[in-house]
Amino acid sequence: MKIGVVVFPGSNCDHDAWYAVSHNLQQQAEFIWHTSHSLGNVDAVIIPGGFSYGDYLRCGAIAKFSPIMGAVKKFAQDGGLVLGICNGFQVLTEVGLLPGALLRNAELKFICRTVPLEVVTTDTPFTHQAKKGQTLNIPVAHGEGCYIADERTLDELEAEDRVVLRYRSHLNGSMRDIAGIISRQRNVMGMMPHPERASDPLVGGTDGLTILASMATADAASSASIKTFQS
Amino acid sequence: MSKITPDVIAAHQLTSAEYEKILSLLGREPTLTELGIFSVMWSEHCSYKSSRVHLRKLPTESKHVLQGPGENAGIIDIGDGVAIAFKIESHNHPSFIEPFQGAATGVGGILRDIFTMGARPIAVLDSIRFGRLDDEKTGARNRRILEGVVAGISHYGNCFGVPTVGGECVFEESYDGNPLVNVFALGVFRHNEIFYGKASGVGNPVIYVGAKTGRDGIHGASMASAEFTEESKQKRPNVQVGDPFMEKLLLEACLEAMKTGAIVGIQDMGAAGLTSSTCEMGSRAGTGVEIDLQYVPQREEGMTPYEMMLSESQERMLLVAERGREDEVFRVFKKWGLDAVTIGRVTDDGILRVKDHGVTFAEIPNRALADEAPVYKRPFTTPLRTAPLDGPEVHSSDLKGDLKALLASGDLCSKRWIWEQYDHQVRTNTLAGPGAADAAVLRIKETGTSIAMSLDGNGRYCALDPREGTKLIVAECCRNLSTVGALPIATTNNLNFGNPERPEIMAQIVESIEGLAEACKYFEVPVTGGNVSLYNETLGSPILPTPVVGIVGTLKTAVPVGMAFRRAGSSVILLGGLGGCEPREFGGTQYAKVVCQSLWGVPPKLDMEYEKRVQTAVRDLVSSGVVESAHDVGEGGLAVALAECSFGPSQVGAAIDLDSDLPHELLLFHEGPSRILLSTAMPERVLETAKKNGVPAVEIGVTLEWRMTIRNRNEILIDCQVGEFQETWSSALEDLLQNPVLV
Repeated sequence: MKIGVVVFPGSNCDHDAWYAVSHNLQQQAEFIWHTSHSLGNVDAVIIPGGFSYGDYLRCGAIAKFSPIMGAVKKFAQDGGLVLGICNGFQVLTEVGLLPGALLRNAELKFICRTVPLEVVTTDTPFTHQAKKGQTLNIPVAHGEGCYIADERTLDELEAEDRVVLRYRSHLNGSMRDIAGIISRQRNVMGMMPHPERASDPLVGGTDGLTILASMATADAASSASIKTFQS
Repeated sequence: MSKITPDVIAAHQLTSAEYEKILSLLGREPTLTELGIFSVMWSEHCSYKSSRVHLRKLPTESKHVLQGPGENAGIIDIGDGVAIAFKIESHNHPSFIEPFQGAATGVGGILRDIFTMGARPIAVLDSIRFGRLDDEKTGARNRRILEGVVAGISHYGNCFGVPTVGGECVFEESYDGNPLVNVFALGVFRHNEIFYGKASGVGNPVIYVGAKTGRDGIHGASMASAEFTEESKQKRPNVQVGDPFMEKLLLEACLEAMKTGAIVGIQDMGAAGLTSSTCEMGSRAGTGVEIDLQYVPQREEGMTPYEMMLSESQERMLLVAERGREDEVFRVFKKWGLDAVTIGRVTDDGILRVKDHGVTFAEIPNRALADEAPVYKRPFTTPLRTAPLDGPEVHSSDLKGDLKALLASGDLCSKRWIWEQYDHQVRTNTLAGPGAADAAVLRIKETGTSIAMSLDGNGRYCALDPREGTKLIVAECCRNLSTVGALPIATTNNLNFGNPERPEIMAQIVESIEGLAEACKYFEVPVTGGNVSLYNETLGSPILPTPVVGIVGTLKTAVPVGMAFRRAGSSVILLGGLGGCEPREFGGTQYAKVVCQSLWGVPPKLDMEYEKRVQTAVRDLVSSGVVESAHDVGEGGLAVALAECSFGPSQVGAAIDLDSDLPHELLLFHEGPSRILLSTAMPERVLETAKKNGVPAVEIGVTLEWRMTIRNRNEILIDCQVGEFQETWSSALEDLLQNPVLV
């Protein structure tokens, strides 16, 4: 599988995602510059962490208007796999591919810590290699990770089995302790924790690799779930 | 043009003798712009005029050193064609005036020093010191400064994308009006990617890149070279404002532009940006530089040449490109959305010539500015000392309570509240981050080598004896690297002292530098650069003499050995033995500080030859996989070190049995150096290695779950649940910040 890693000015986990895919996962990885209007022939896309455009105005607010996000939207609408990590999650909510928003952490401080996450559902292209209820220990590193949405949206996310990852404890004020969600079409996922930081036994363990490896082997799984939804 | 009066000269912090020297160098009266330029380049901050004669005593060479002092950062060869650049810088004065921006721009400045040489920054460490958090009068301000400094470091480093992986944080009365913020950065590159700050090639274009120039930070360097007074608070405009996003773009653009091969030399615009970069680049290359300020990208209107030359706007670089290849450089900067403009050219006359719209405002020989700054042999007597030689009788009725008090004290408690605000993992190289081991360990992805780093200081030891205190710091720093299995290879240092014009302060500086030289020679860790921060005094009261030492080492990339006990049933061995301690040697300890609330005597005794053997032994044991954990017995002594080893994720404690004649307080809490606490499943291998190196090693107990007991000859000194102490230790800093019990 060939996975594209989008690079905005200010992305700073782009290289980490690239390294995890190419070295730890042994798949093809390539950078895609933000001014590009096309994703080329990639099979999946990662929007990496960092501070796109300095996160000025609001996290992800300016990235929304970049040429590459037009291509990412189209790719997503056509069923392509998109994984937004941290700032990438924020960008995906800004462009409307995922519902809700991410606000400043409840304690108003940046948090960098490895946290236990509950795998809430395995019926996604990003968690099909995990076990339901399994705990994954993956680092977070964010100042704005407090997930919010209106009650109806939250109920809908739960009813449609779209909450993918949950913090095992109250971390940052996120409603219902949500750490990661997936789109209705089940091909676009956003998560605040950094799977690329837990993809190497030397550095941070390999729990994050479960997410990336699921993504890299997702063809069958994803089309199956997309079909399920469409029927 | 304004007239140069004695008042104007004094306002620029130039002495009349220095002004006379300017007159003779120029052969005429300077313009105001020229006076401003001289005042910055000849400030203590830029010229090291008080310390230079003594800094020459430091060892600067070894087979690993590719670049010693004098460039933007030192460079060390780590094999396989890979090198590292590293340095430390202080931002003490700005951090007092405006903690958030002061600390943030401190990080920004040192990162530019690294990537201007072509290296990609991969690690930051901070040594930060504040006044007491629980003081009734100054506590609130000190808490605000701490929170601001931490937030500033977090803001800048996290956004830039460099992990902040370690450091130290200390609280002491003497920093009440003068916090210390020393930031260390390290970068990595290949040998053929090294760039220098040289304006070579007559006729080559001089190019300005990065942020626009504004009025911020004018006279920052001169401010950093004066004591604080009540008026300092009005100097807030002297502090610069940082933009880490701009710096991230500048990093990527610079590294990419360097790859074009069109760049001849490059330098960060640090203190007095345009001034220092132009004259230093010219001076190093033996050339002249001519610029016209009308081309400088400007953030505000109507700036005078004086203001532009002295502005310390952040995130700017000056580079010299090969003539005719400017477009290759411009293309890269345009891609990253940054200004890149030719503002002048390299000349053959050795003169810094500053014009604005063709009119000349300054014409000064580069060497006069960069190399002919006054050098002072300031008089010195004996080091300032207020502490008595003998202290109170140390007699405790509650050793367990004492240990708890130490673990809850600002210096020894967990600093998690601080380092969790720093992204310590970005770039996925962090093998041992904050709190995991005695040194931070980062892998270099391109090779099988990892880098270990440690920052250490101890104002209390140095107040008692600056020479011996500094040697102890170097020894501890090397010991910290050795406990993770790394071989120490080079040093950077930040010398924080009071006013050098006071002979007793100057004596502290001299003694400390000589101690640094002696220890760095002995441990074969040459000094490749550093920083001197003087005039750290507020209203006439100086800080404790505080040299901060940063040492880097190398090791083979592997799963690191941490400080925490890993499982129950392992042997606990004290490599180096229990050590001895005279009552006078106890006066600089944390016990003396926290429990006795006093400072007296002399620092612990150091035998460097013995220390070196202990370090060799522990490096051998750690790198051969014989030990499960290793932790230096440092501040707080054996009891605190044992507690720290127990505070790992699995809360494995230990049952310790000692056999010593020392008074119990000294036995548990003395800080004699050259001791390392190990746990191992192969005790005989440890004892064997110790013997081979001629170092005592005592099996003092065994690890066990959840409990920590210490006995001496069957008398129980301490018996507690690990969880109980860990709770106290973990929450202490937050408690100090949120609910300080004022004293």
